[in-house]
Formats: sequence, C-alpha cells, structure tokens
Amino acid sequence: MSIGTRSTILHLGLIALLFVLAFVLPSYHQGNLARIMVLATYAIGYNVLFGYTGLLSLGHAMFFGAGMYGLGLAMQYGGLGVIPAFAVALICAAVLSAVVALLALRTIGVAFMIVTLMFAQAGYLTVLYFGAWTRGDEGFVIAQSARQIAGLDLTAPTTRYLAALLLFSAALLITARMMQVSFGSVLIGVRENEERTRMLGYDVFRHKLAAVIISGTISGAAGAGYAVLFGYVGATFTSVQYSIFPLLWVLLGGAGTTIGPLVGTLFMFYLIDYSSGLTNAYMLIAGVVLVLLTLFARAGLVGEIRKRWVA
Amino acid sequence: MTPKLMTNRRSVLKGAAAGGLLAAAPLAARFASAQSSAPIKIGFQQHSTGIGAAYGRWYGRTTEAAVKMINDAGGINGRPVEIVAEDDGTDPKRGAEVLEKFANQSGCDVAFGTLFSHVVIGSAPAAGELKLPYFVVSEGHHVASGMLNRYTLQPGITDVKSQVQAMAPYVSENLGKKVTMIYPDFAFGHDHRDYFSAAIKEQGGEVLEMIAIPPTETSFTKYFPKIPRDTEVIYHVMVGPAVLTFVKELGEFFGPSRPEIFGFIDSLEAVDLASPGLEFLEGTYFWEGNPRYAQEDQTSHDKMFREAVGVDANGASVSDPKDVSTYAHMFGCWETLHVIKAGMEAAGYQGPEDRAKLIEAVEAMTDMPQSDAHPQGPKRFNGKTHQVFGVQYISKVEEGKLVKVHTTSIEDTLYPDEVDYTSMSF
Amino acid sequence: MDFGPHLLLAVLEGAVGAAVLALTALGLSLVFGVMRVVNVAHGEFFMLGAVIAWFVATSIGGHPTVGFVAALALAPLIAGLVAVLVDRLILKPVKYDPEATIVGTIGVLYILQQTALMTYGPEARPVEPPFSHRIALPWFEWGENGFAMFYPWGLSTNSYKLFVIGAAIVILLAFWLIMTRSKAGLIMRATQLDRETALAFGIPVSRVYSIVFGLGAGLAALAAVLIVPIQQAHYLMGHDPLLLSFIVVIIGGLGSIRGTVLAAVLIGMSDGIISVFLSPTLSKIIATLLVALVLVFRPQGLFGKKPA
Repeated sequence: MSIGTRSTILHLGLIALLFVLAFVLPSYHQGNLARIMVLATYAIGYNVLFGYTGLLSLGHAMFFGAGMYGLGLAMQYGGLGVIPAFAVALICAAVLSAVVALLALRTIGVAFMIVTLMFAQAGYLTVLYFGAWTRGDEGFVIAQSARQIAGLDLTAPTTRYLAALLLFSAALLITARMMQVSFGSVLIGVRENEERTRMLGYDVFRHKLAAVIISGTISGAAGAGYAVLFGYVGATFTSVQYSIFPLLWVLLGGAGTTIGPLVGTLFMFYLIDYSSGLTNAYMLIAGVVLVLLTLFARAGLVGEIRKRWVA
Repeated sequence: MTPKLMTNRRSVLKGAAAGGLLAAAPLAARFASAQSSAPIKIGFQQHSTGIGAAYGRWYGRTTEAAVKMINDAGGINGRPVEIVAEDDGTDPKRGAEVLEKFANQSGCDVAFGTLFSHVVIGSAPAAGELKLPYFVVSEGHHVASGMLNRYTLQPGITDVKSQVQAMAPYVSENLGKKVTMIYPDFAFGHDHRDYFSAAIKEQGGEVLEMIAIPPTETSFTKYFPKIPRDTEVIYHVMVGPAVLTFVKELGEFFGPSRPEIFGFIDSLEAVDLASPGLEFLEGTYFWEGNPRYAQEDQTSHDKMFREAVGVDANGASVSDPKDVSTYAHMFGCWETLHVIKAGMEAAGYQGPEDRAKLIEAVEAMTDMPQSDAHPQGPKRFNGKTHQVFGVQYISKVEEGKLVKVHTTSIEDTLYPDEVDYTSMSF
Repeated sequence: MDFGPHLLLAVLEGAVGAAVLALTALGLSLVFGVMRVVNVAHGEFFMLGAVIAWFVATSIGGHPTVGFVAALALAPLIAGLVAVLVDRLILKPVKYDPEATIVGTIGVLYILQQTALMTYGPEARPVEPPFSHRIALPWFEWGENGFAMFYPWGLSTNSYKLFVIGAAIVILLAFWLIMTRSKAGLIMRATQLDRETALAFGIPVSRVYSIVFGLGAGLAALAAVLIVPIQQAHYLMGHDPLLLSFIVVIIGGLGSIRGTVLAAVLIGMSDGIISVFLSPTLSKIIATLLVALVLVFRPQGLFGKKPA
C-alpha cells in the first residue's frame, strides 16, 4: 500500500469517525467538537503556510476576521443568504491574503512574522475604526432566523455539527490532496531549502504566493463558518491572541502533518476545559503543559507518534 | 474556586433545614409539595481572568453573599441555590462555550453574571439556542437595543443609554453647557458619545469636541491639546488598566486652572481614590451606579448590603482597606439573583422545563421598591425590552471622598422602547 | 491649543515612550542577537519588573524615593534570576531551537501572567514617584511686539517624566560602554558573531547565554520600574511592550544596539506626532501600516546590513 493510499484511508476514516460521533456523543461534547472542527479548519489553513511552506505568520487572525466580517457584514447589511455570504467571505479572505502576500513575501523569517503581525494589528484597529458598522469590540449577532440553508437550521446542534464537519472535511481533503501532488512537494522544498528549490527551476515566489492565498482563504472559511454557526462576529477574533492560537494548535498537534491541527485544537480545548474545572489558574496549567511539550514532545503530538511508532 | 461549589455542604444543609421550616408555613406549602430538595443551579459566567478580572472578583464576592442570604432565608421554592462558577476569561468565544457547559454539562437552571458587553453579545446566541435563561449584569445597551433574544435579560442593572441621558440635565444646569467628551474608541465609548451628545443638545448644550482614545493606548497627554479652550465641562469615561494614568495626566495637563470635570466612575472602579496622583480630582463630579462611600442618609438596605458582602464605609474590603470594590456595578449581581428568586417563585419553577415560564414571570415584573433585595434603589422593569430602569447618582469628590450631590428620578432614565421581546416565540 | 505647542507636547510625550521602549527593546535585541531566540515572554518580564516594584515600594514604606531606589535595584535582579532559571530549565534543554523556544516562551508567558494574577491580583496599582512637579513650559512667538515668550494653556510636563528620559539615556550609554569597552561585552559580541568559534576559544557559551537572557529580562524590568510611577502595574501590561519591542528590534536591524535605539526613538515619537494630525485610532492604523511597509521595502531593517 503506498503512502498516498494509506493517508487517504486515514483521512476518510477520520471523517467517518467524526460523522459517527455526531450521533453518539453527549450533547455537551457534540457542541464542543463542532467548535473544535471549525477552529481546526483555521489551524489547517495556518498549517499550509507554517507547517508545509515554513513561513511563520503572526497575522492569520486578519484572514479569519476577513472571512468572519465578510460573511457577517454581507448578511447583516447586504441581506444575503448564507451561501452567497459565504462566497463573499471567501473572496474577501482571498483578496486580502493576496494583497498581504504580495507585500509581506518580500521579507523572510522574523521580518515576515513581524510584517504579518503589523498588518493584522492594522486590521484589528480598522474593525474598531469602522465601529458604526462593525460595532467595534462589542461585535454583533447574526440573527438565528437568518442562519439556515434551504430550510436546514444551522443552529440545531446536529445540523451544526455536520456543517462543521463538512467545512473541516473539505479543508482536510483539499490540503491532503495538495500535498500529494507536485505543488505540495515544491512547498516542502521551499521549507527545507528555498535556494535549492529555486535552482531546480521552480518559481518559488509564485508557490509561496499561492500558499499564502490558500492558507488565508481556508482561514477565512473557518472565520465565516464560526460566524454563521455560532452567530457572533466580534473584533476579539481579529486580535493578536487569535493569531497566536493557530500557531499553538499546529505546534501542539504537529506542524506539517495533516491531522495535527485537529489533534492540537482538540487537546488545547479540553486542556482548558478540564483544568478550568480544577482551578481558576488554568492558564498556569496550560503554560506548564506547553513547556513540557516543548521539552519532551517537540514534533507535536501527531509528530511524536509518527516518529516513534509509524516511521 | 471555579465549579468547586460556592455553597459548602454545611450551608446547603442549613438552607435545606430552613427550607423545611418554611415548608411548615402555609404560604410556602404549595412550593414544597412534591418537590425535590435538589439545589437550583445557577451558572455564573465570571470574569476571573482577562481584562475584566478586577470586576469578576467583586462580582464573585457579591454573588456569594447574595446566595448565602437567599439560602439562609430558605432558598428558592424551598430548594437551596448552588452557584456553578466558570471563568470565561473575559472572552466572547469562551463565554459561549461556558454557556453550553452550564446547559449541557453542569445541568444549570439558568445562567447569570456577565459584565463585559462583548462577552454578553458573544454568548447570547448560545443562550437563545440552548433556551437557557441568561441574566446579564452588564450595563450595556445590547439587551434593550433588541439585538439579542428572548432568553437574555438585564433585570438587575440599568443600561448605559439611560445612565448617560440622565446625566445631561444635571451637567448642563450645574456644570456648563459646552462639553468636550473623552472616551475609548470602541462600542462602549461610542454609546456614551451618541447618547450623551443627543441628551445634552436637548438641554440646550453642545458638545464641542469628541476625543476618541484608541483602546490600546497607555499614555494620554498627547490627546489633551485637542480640548478646545472654551470648554466648560470635560466629560470622561475610560476603562481598562490605564485609567489611572488617564486621570493623573488629565490633572497634570490642566494644572491649577481646569474646567469642570464630570466622569463616569467606570474610570476608577476598584481604584483607591487616595492613590497618588488623584488629588486633582478634588471638586470633580462622578456618575455612580451606587455610592461607593456610605452617605449620611445611608439606607438600612445599603448598610445590610455592605455588611453581607464585606465592604466597609469607604467601599473597600473589610479585611483589606486597599482592596477597593467595584461598588457602582456589583450590586447588580445581588439584585439580579433576587429577581431570579422572585421570578422562579412566581413561576413555580420546578426544573428546566419551566424556563419559558420563568422568563414570562420576569417579563411580568414592573416596579421593584427599594428593599434588601434591591439595596441600590427602586427599579422599574420593562418586560418588553428586558431592561430594568432605576435611579442614578451623581457624587462630588470632597476631601478625597465621593459625596452624593444628586439623585436622578427613574423618569430621567426612560427612553422609548426599541424592541418587544415578548412578541418573539420561545 | 496652537499647533506649535501641541507638537512640542507630542514630542515630549513621545520621548518618554521612546526612552522606555528603547530599554525594553534593547533587552529583546540582545537576546535575539546573541542567542537567536525569539523570547515571546519578554513583555512578561517587563510586567514582572513593574509588579515587583509595587511590592518593594509598598513593603518598604517611608519616603517614596527609598522604595523607588530599592525597586530599581531589586526588580531587574529578580526578573533576571527568573530568566536565568527559564534559560536553564527550558531553553538550554531544547538547544535553543527556534520553534521550540517560541512555544516554550509562550508557556512561560502564561505561567508568569497567571502567577502575577494570583499573587498580585487583577487591579492596576500605582507606585508613587520619588518626585513629581508640574513644569509649565514657555513658548516663543514672533508677534506684533516682536519676540515674545508666554506660557500656553496646557503646555506642561512633569519633572519625573524628564527624569525618565535622562535615566534611560544614562542606562543606554552605560550599556553601550559595557558592550564595546569591557571584557564581558567582548565575550557577548564574540558569541553573537560565531558561537562555534567562541566555544573553541574557551568561552563558556552556555553561561554567556544564561547571563544574556537574564540581562535581557533585567533591562525590560528596569524599563518597567522607570515607567510604573507614570503608568500602573497590571498583570496584562506586558502585551504592548512585547509587540513594540519586536517591531523596534526588526526595524533597527537585528542585534544592532545603535539601530535599536534609533528605531525606538522613531517609533516612540511617530506615534505621538502622527496623533497631532489625525484622529487617534486612524493615526494608529497608519503608523502601524507605515512600519510594516518599512519592513517590506527594507527587510533588513532601517539600520541593518543586507542579510548575507
């Protein structure tokens, strides 16, 4: 069995498992998993750039936010339905990521990190500046009645779960497929040795540009998904904190692995959920866990498993 | 102390025993029949960490005191009340998750206690979908503006729109008609900007300049030159950890010759007025939701409230005079819990299947006289807008203490309805 | 207020911000330059400095100067020791791997923040300045009666703010002297240039790393002690200094002391001066984008050399 087939089976198996879970999980965990899948979609988007292409961005919240506000504002003021608003969101995220990429890709390494951070900070302040429409930090609610597709009520727990699964599966399969074709190999080549990839005759810049746009658009899809499934659009989601989260999830789960983002998001969510039940100082626990992971599981959870038992 | 129950086992037992005693009384008999003695669980969305943590701590202490009082008096419908506190990190995403946890995991009957507007708005959709009554203590205008849903109510604290408009008559008559406003450049600040400038215009005054400060700012002097020279009154409202710097730098900027200054105490909640640099506030005015310093005409209700929560006559913790409370807001937790109690009793609340009945019972409420359940003052609840209205206080700083100089009427705070939640389905 | 005095005020305010920023950023730049470590917890060491200053100042009592001076000595020391501990327990074991240190220092950030919340609490608390006098500033104008001096309304500063600017200049000079003239400075520069060669010449690189990491944190803490009589100590205060320091370090060119200081002055000042012309939030947006564009078109920073 080739590696490609094996990973396809793994991904389809994962999606099937998540599908079955929709009907067996208690409602609390079903709700959590729906959120986790949307956030994991964000992490998958982040992973395209960070894990595969080796570019560390600290500004992905602006792409998440572009999707979130693209959908939210289109529904709120444009009166669009969910599907067209979702398309608007994808366009917003794609255009923003293309513009940011054209500028930011002139830099590398830490400078790239800072430039993306600055753009995202400007994005956050822009959301506040246009408070008349965005309601700034408070944000706004997307009415429950508007959150449906052709009579399917996205606010009903199981429908919402399945919609989240659909979003997640699309992102997972697209990125997995992308990494099986030559495009993905070039990205990994850029990550491992940009100079050599260029010498081999690949247009490194165009590949990086495409990686940013794909990464940003998937992140934007996650933002739009969050807005429509959970009914809230707010500036908090465009703050620096939400740029750091996907980095954390991806590193925890395993950068450059297809299911790492899901595992990392899942782990972090339940770490906070359970430790906040034990103590208010759950951030302390989260901090200690991060330090321990750094010390003892550097490749992330999935990365370590693959390193120790699979490879 | 998160879901570690705030009520310890002994007080639950005591509450149950008191409930038993009450059950013997004829009035209480109808509640006690066929009634489980399982506690009524109230999910408390608490800002224990994040930017709201100073408020969260005092909201916690007030909630604890209110629950103790309710349980000592026999609980609700003869059942003890149990608080399930969860930290929301003052974050809207976590806030919504916490509500799901209350409804689907901890088996809470209702949720309560949120202060910061973005957490309220981020959580409200979840409350509506979970059909979980959500009693917020936020002073935001989000509930009455109609943007939320039938399951979200604010019966224990007035909203910013009514607070702000009630200030305009006093400001224009006593302090001056030419006002410059300084406020944070986000929704809370914009509410102040919009509602106050409209209200002062109605009083024949005008706003000369509006200075919006970016929310991440930590130094302020550079903005003050924008204050026009002919300003008679400065209206300021700031929130966040940099407020003290703001007030100090404002004082330094003007030096010996300042205009009248009117501020919202939000700028200095949980801050000791005796802090170095605040001397210049002497003689300035503040809106107070509830007077921090015990006044000469203190009511027995305020006295009881202070003692129960553990606050001294200066508004600080009885165990640490440096630990200043968020006195202008935290009474909202106390009053909201008493509204929940009254609502559940009126609805004959038995369990989650009666949640809609509970909402209808609260919607039916109107006047709430000043009492131990409402120590801040009399209130009037508007069932259609899910928002309570009540008196506001204006205090002047005299010898380093806030002395009440004006009490508004409830009528001063009223405005036309913007929504009718009762027409929405459950 | 007239344009001239307004601008002067903005410049003065900008100078105070720039002074503190220069110190904080220098700490980050040092760590970055010598160790190639992105210390995400740098802002928390800043916060630690402010919080320790509050503890020291309140527990000593007496005249505010006593507490302030004690804080000036103790806060950087304690923050530095914590940093050395972080280096030994976390950074060294992961061999200063870039990604691992980012996650590790994010962990440290959470730990320090939560510890501060539990011990110090959620309030913003002030430290009393050792001295503080309002100084009204004069303005000159060529009017009808010739050259005239007058005191415009609101144009003033504060003696303590001037002290902060002076103190920062003194500390920066001292730091520059140590780096360029002393043996310790030589060793640090050698390690920065070439770790392997330094090792070969018998430089105890691992000890140098610990000291550098401690020194970097100490500088941040020192900056915080200076600013805390103007701004208050708060457990979430580390966020902005971290972002600004990062920007300054990159704009200044990696590992360049002179570049870092110049960039700090540029960034600190521009923030204040742009706000004279535009609405505050819009000016923040524009300042942020400008900095980003500087980097885009000069990725090596304004004062750095082209990367090899």
